[in-house]
Amino acid sequence: MSNLIPAINLAIDPAELVQPDRVHTSLYTDPALFDAELEKIFHSTWIWVAHESEIPEAGSYKTTYIGKQPVIVVRDRKKAINVLLNRCRHRGATVCEHKKGKTNSFVCPYHGWGYALDGSLRGIPHPESYGDCLDKAELPLVSLRTESYAGMVFATFKDDIEPLEDFLGAAKKWMDLFMKQGAGYGIKVPGEHRFRFPGNWKIQLENTTDAYHFPLVHKSFLSSVDEQTLALFDFVKGPGYVEDLGNGHSVMVMIPDLVDLEADLDKPIPERFESLAAELRDEGIDELQVRRIVRAVGGSGFNLNLFPNVACSMAFFRVLQPVSVNETEIHHAVITMDGGPAAANRYRLRLHEHFQGPMGFGTPDDSEAWERVQKGARAGEDLWIMLNRGLPGEKPSADGLISDVSAETGMRAAYQQWKKMMTAEAK
Amino acid sequence: MMNLNLFNEVTAFIWQEGDMLDHGEYGGWLDLWTEKGTYIIPIDPRETDYENTLNYAYDDHHMRALRVQRLVGGESISTSPQPRTVRTLSRIRVLGDDGVNVTVRAAQNVREFRKESLKHYSADLTYTLVRAEGGFRIHRKVISLINSDDTLAGIGYIL
Repeated sequence: MSNLIPAINLAIDPAELVQPDRVHTSLYTDPALFDAELEKIFHSTWIWVAHESEIPEAGSYKTTYIGKQPVIVVRDRKKAINVLLNRCRHRGATVCEHKKGKTNSFVCPYHGWGYALDGSLRGIPHPESYGDCLDKAELPLVSLRTESYAGMVFATFKDDIEPLEDFLGAAKKWMDLFMKQGAGYGIKVPGEHRFRFPGNWKIQLENTTDAYHFPLVHKSFLSSVDEQTLALFDFVKGPGYVEDLGNGHSVMVMIPDLVDLEADLDKPIPERFESLAAELRDEGIDELQVRRIVRAVGGSGFNLNLFPNVACSMAFFRVLQPVSVNETEIHHAVITMDGGPAAANRYRLRLHEHFQGPMGFGTPDDSEAWERVQKGARAGEDLWIMLNRGLPGEKPSADGLISDVSAETGMRAAYQQWKKMMTAEAK
Repeated sequence: MMNLNLFNEVTAFIWQEGDMLDHGEYGGWLDLWTEKGTYIIPIDPRETDYENTLNYAYDDHHMRALRVQRLVGGESISTSPQPRTVRTLSRIRVLGDDGVNVTVRAAQNVREFRKESLKHYSADLTYTLVRAEGGFRIHRKVISLINSDDTLAGIGYIL
């Protein structure tokens, strides 16, 4: 198991690079592997593109990427969600450059070809020169297969892969639990922090299922919270667990008491939420709903990693976007209660700002650690990244495999899926 | 007719604040604020309701003190070593003066150096200053980065 694979002589065989307890350094550093990942992973499975609340009305859209391909996520007049390649069918220009907005159509700025919200080509300026050599029906914006679960919208280039719900499998019940943060109002994504770090995308993927780093990397965050919160986040020695949910998905339960936000509503309200609870009572909200809201405001006690590009991470959506072998863009999308009390939503916004984003008390330290992984991985190019933590205690569970909260079970799950997809025969 | 006295007073105040931040005089900086003062770094340049939207920072007095503690506490790997900064403040204009509050806009260019990397952030600063004994107190400071809606990297100091 500890034999070296000299990277320089390696005819890359992804099957050899992922072992049950370790992965090869070239997974972070090899540009050829990165190009293969775009094709075999990002163009071959379900990729998260939006939460439904980001495109609430007919004509609402956002732009994003699948792998490195620009796409538009847009709601059409029939309220259906379309994911369209952001590329004019004439000469290839993007037809939309805004991050989000609302429109009646997409018009290419180069020669004025106009497309409807479902991607169909509607107008071509001065069509007479085409005579009968152009059929508009053959040149819509390319529309990708799109499916949703629990408000989360995914798209894929593949028409022949399993339905989204089959791919999510055991992760679905965790998505349902996560959405309880809406406290009955529903989930809304009103904004996000976007940042980049100079490192491979899988370093971030691992981090979402890494409880081990928390007390060390986030020491300055922990020093900034009250005693009760500090105790809550002291989970590395606690009763939490990590579970492999299949298909590369995993859940890390850090705070078991906060798995179901609608349970235990009769428990005392934590001190830090007392003034919020009082404010909600003053608004005339009944005691049960006050407790439901307050419990939801603090977020869920788990991180759900959905392979390959999104996580339901305690109180927000964490989205990763590969840029190059050594650069990754991250979005931390904030969640509020759609139409919920403004005071509760303000509390959630401030909690998000406290930890997340380029000026948060958590994210910059994560980012620094990830940057150092990428830098350090330039040394010893034939060495391995160790992922054997929690192996001795790992046991089969109803949905897969389970081990202690700081086990690297979730990372192993992701890399086994990586291996499966990277070694799959092209169809 | 421009009130040059007022202009000189606010300029001196803002330059002093910038100098304090570049030279790590955080205790003095915290004292420059009113009790209810807010330090805000918005994301969306068109947004005006900062309280009810997501920002990079929306700090009341408590959070400002925590932010300072994080910078000097030595527990954070992204601020150890601490970045070195030099900020240039100019293009100062008094936008309004109602006798109590003075609204001021200024240009800020910050150069940051840390670990092999020199970065540059440009911003419009909009201050609400309250007249107080010995000069002013900051009631609100909004830092509108010109690239606020682009992807940023970690900022381990006070902009």
